[in-house]
Amino acid sequence: MNEEYALELIEKGRRVDGRKFDEWRKIEIVPNIVKNAEGSASVKFGETEVIAGVKLEIGEPFPDTPNEGILVVNAEFSPIASPDFEAGPPGEDAIELARIVDRGIRSSKCIKLEELCLEPGKKVWCVFVDIHIINHKGNLLDASALASLAALLNTKIPKIEGEKILRGEFEKNLPVQFKPINVSVCKIKGNFLVDPTLEEEEIAEVKLSLSVRDDDVICAMQKQGSGELKAEEVEKIMDIAIEKSKEIRKMV
Amino acid sequence: MSEKREIVLPGEFLCEKAGRKVGSGAYFEGEKVFARVIGIPNIKENEVSVIPLAGAYIPKVGDRIIGKILSVEISGWMVDINSPYVAFLPLAEGVSEFVDISKTDISRYFDVDDIIFCTVSKVTKDKTVQVSMKSIGSRKLHGGVLIKVNPNKVPRIIGKGGSMINIIKNKTGCEIYTGRNGYIWIKGENKSKAIEAILTVEKESHVIGLTEKIEKMLG
Amino acid sequence: MAKSEVKLLIDGKRLDGRLPGEMRKVEMKVDVVSRADGSAMVKFGNTVAIAAVYGPRPLYPKYLQEAKSGILRCRYNMVPFSVVERKNPGPDRRSIELSKVIRLALEPAIFLEEFPKATIDIFVEILQADGSTRVTGINAASLALASAGIPMKDLVTACSVGKIEDTLILDLSGIEDNNSECDMAFAMMPSKEKITLLQMDGTLKKEEVKKLMEMAKDACAKIYEMQKNAIKEKYR
Repeated sequence: MNEEYALELIEKGRRVDGRKFDEWRKIEIVPNIVKNAEGSASVKFGETEVIAGVKLEIGEPFPDTPNEGILVVNAEFSPIASPDFEAGPPGEDAIELARIVDRGIRSSKCIKLEELCLEPGKKVWCVFVDIHIINHKGNLLDASALASLAALLNTKIPKIEGEKILRGEFEKNLPVQFKPINVSVCKIKGNFLVDPTLEEEEIAEVKLSLSVRDDDVICAMQKQGSGELKAEEVEKIMDIAIEKSKEIRKMV
Repeated sequence: MSEKREIVLPGEFLCEKAGRKVGSGAYFEGEKVFARVIGIPNIKENEVSVIPLAGAYIPKVGDRIIGKILSVEISGWMVDINSPYVAFLPLAEGVSEFVDISKTDISRYFDVDDIIFCTVSKVTKDKTVQVSMKSIGSRKLHGGVLIKVNPNKVPRIIGKGGSMINIIKNKTGCEIYTGRNGYIWIKGENKSKAIEAILTVEKESHVIGLTEKIEKMLG
Repeated sequence: MAKSEVKLLIDGKRLDGRLPGEMRKVEMKVDVVSRADGSAMVKFGNTVAIAAVYGPRPLYPKYLQEAKSGILRCRYNMVPFSVVERKNPGPDRRSIELSKVIRLALEPAIFLEEFPKATIDIFVEILQADGSTRVTGINAASLALASAGIPMKDLVTACSVGKIEDTLILDLSGIEDNNSECDMAFAMMPSKEKITLLQMDGTLKKEEVKKLMEMAKDACAKIYEMQKNAIKEKYR
C-alpha cells in the first residue's frame, strides 16, 4: 500500500521508518525459547519475527561422507505470518530461503560435522534446523539465518544409552566453530538499502544476499528479484555486507 | 495521560432491552442486550449499540469512501474499497455524459489504479456493493499518496465536525481526503508530516489531549 | 488409554507438584503477530500456542463461497521442534482432526451470517507441546477473533480435565495426557453456559463425567476472566 510513498522518500535519501540506508532495525535475539528443542532462538528484526528450533536425531550417514553428521534445514512460511502465506507444503520462496540458509551454514563449515559421527558408516547425528516464520514485515532471510545460527549456538547434544536418546540429558554443546551472518541488500534507484522492510522489498529492483563468515570469507551468495546488477555494484554490496555482518555477529 | 475508557467484549451484558433499538455491535436474547464486538458501549434511553475498536470495513449505503480501480469491465469498473467485498461502479454512475460503449474504451474515464472519492450507493443482502460518483464532492484524485488506516479510527482522525483533520490540513497545507473505509489520500509538499500526524492519531486515538499533542507536533 | 507404570500421583500431589484441581501457570498476550487482523499467545505451563486470525476476507475459489453466510476455516499445526521427538512438518491425521474440532468449537460463537461469501481464517500454531494443546489453541484463537473485531456471541473458553489413578484432575500436562485413564477436552461460551467442544478418550462412569464437566466449567470461568483481562490490557 505505501510503496509509492516509500519510493518517493528513498529518492530523497530517506526511509519510511527514518533509518539510514545502511542501518539495521531493532534486533532482538532470545535464545532457548522452546524447551523441547535441543536448541532454539527467536529473532526479531523490527516487527519481523522468526523462530528456529534445532532437533537432533540419529540416522545413517550419506555414503560419500560416512564419518560426518547430517544437516537438514527446513523453513515453514506459516500462514499466521502474512495474509499471503497459504497453508500447505513449502512453496518456492520457503524452499529457496531454507536452501540459502543451509548453504551459509554448510559452506562456512559452521558446524563441525566430523565430530557428529557415532559409528563410522553406520550412525551419525542428524541436525534438523526448522525455521518457522511468525510475523513477516520484510527481510525474512537475514532474520531466519540469524535465528538458525543463534539456535545452533545454544544447541546441546543429548546423552545416548545404547539405542536410545536420553532427551533432556545432555553430553556437550554442538560443536560450532564459525558464525556466518547473512546480509541482504536491495538496490532501489541507485541506492543500496540494508534490512529492507516489506514495502522496500516490493519496490526493490534487485536484491543480493551474502553469507559472510567471521574471517570475512563469503560463503554463499544469492541474487533475488528480476532486476540486474553490474559487477561494480556486486563489489559495493560485498563491502557493505562484510561491514554490516560484523555488527550482527557481536550480538550472537 | 489516558482516559479510562470502558471497553466491552463480545458476550458482556449491556442493559435490559426495555424497548430500546438494538444497534450495530450489540445483540439481544429475550430482554437482555449483549455486546458482540470489542468496543465502546453506547447506551442511551432509546437505543443501545457498541462502537467497534477493530474489524474490517463492511460497506453501508451513504458512506463516503475512497476506492482504487481494480479492473475495467464492459459497462463499469471493479473498485477496491478496502473491504472483503469489492464494489462495482456502473458506467452511468461514473460518467454524466452519454457514452456509446460499442465505440468507446471507457478506461479513458477511469483506468486501473485510479483513485476515486465516491459514495456507497447500494448494498444487497449478500453484500454485492455499488458505488456512485454522482454525489456532490465525488471526484478522481490525481497525484498524491494513498494510505490505509484502521477504518474504525476514521471518525477520530476526522474529529468532531472535522476538528482534527482540519488542524492537520491547515498546519501542513496538504489536500486530504478521508474515506470512511480507512483509505486516506494526501497531496502536498508536507505530506510526510501529515501522514505522521494521521498515523499518530490512529495509534493514540484513546488518549485525552490528543488534539493538543498533534497541534504541537505540527508546529 | 494404556495402563502405565508411571506413577502420576505421589502423596496426593501430581508430578509437577500440583494438586488435582490446580491449573498450571497461565499467561496470555494479544497482538503478537502484527500482520494478522487479530492474534494472541496463550501459555498453560509449558504448552505454548499462538493463534492468528485473517478475515473476514474474500474466499476463493468461488465455489467454496456460501451466498448467505461466511465460513470459518481453521488450521491447527505443531511446529517440528514443539515436541520431544521431532515431528515432520505438514499435517498428520491428528492435526487434521484437531483442526476440525477447533473450528467447530469456535463456530457457534461467531455471527457468520454477517459475512456472506467471505471467510474468516484461523491459524493455531503450537510452539511447545506439554499436553492440552488443542484447548490452549482454542483459548488463543478466541482472543485473536475478539481482538480482530469479529462479531461473536461470547468468547470461547477451553480446558482439559481427566482421571489419573482414580483421581479427577484439571489441566493435563503431556505425561498425564499420555498415561491417564481418561482425558477430556472441553470448551464453552461461559456467559451462555453453552458447551461447544466435548471430546473424551478413556473410561468414565456417568457420575465421573458429570463431576469432570463441573470441574471444567469452574475452570473455564476463571480462564474467561483471564482472557478478558488480556484483551483489556491492550487498551490501557
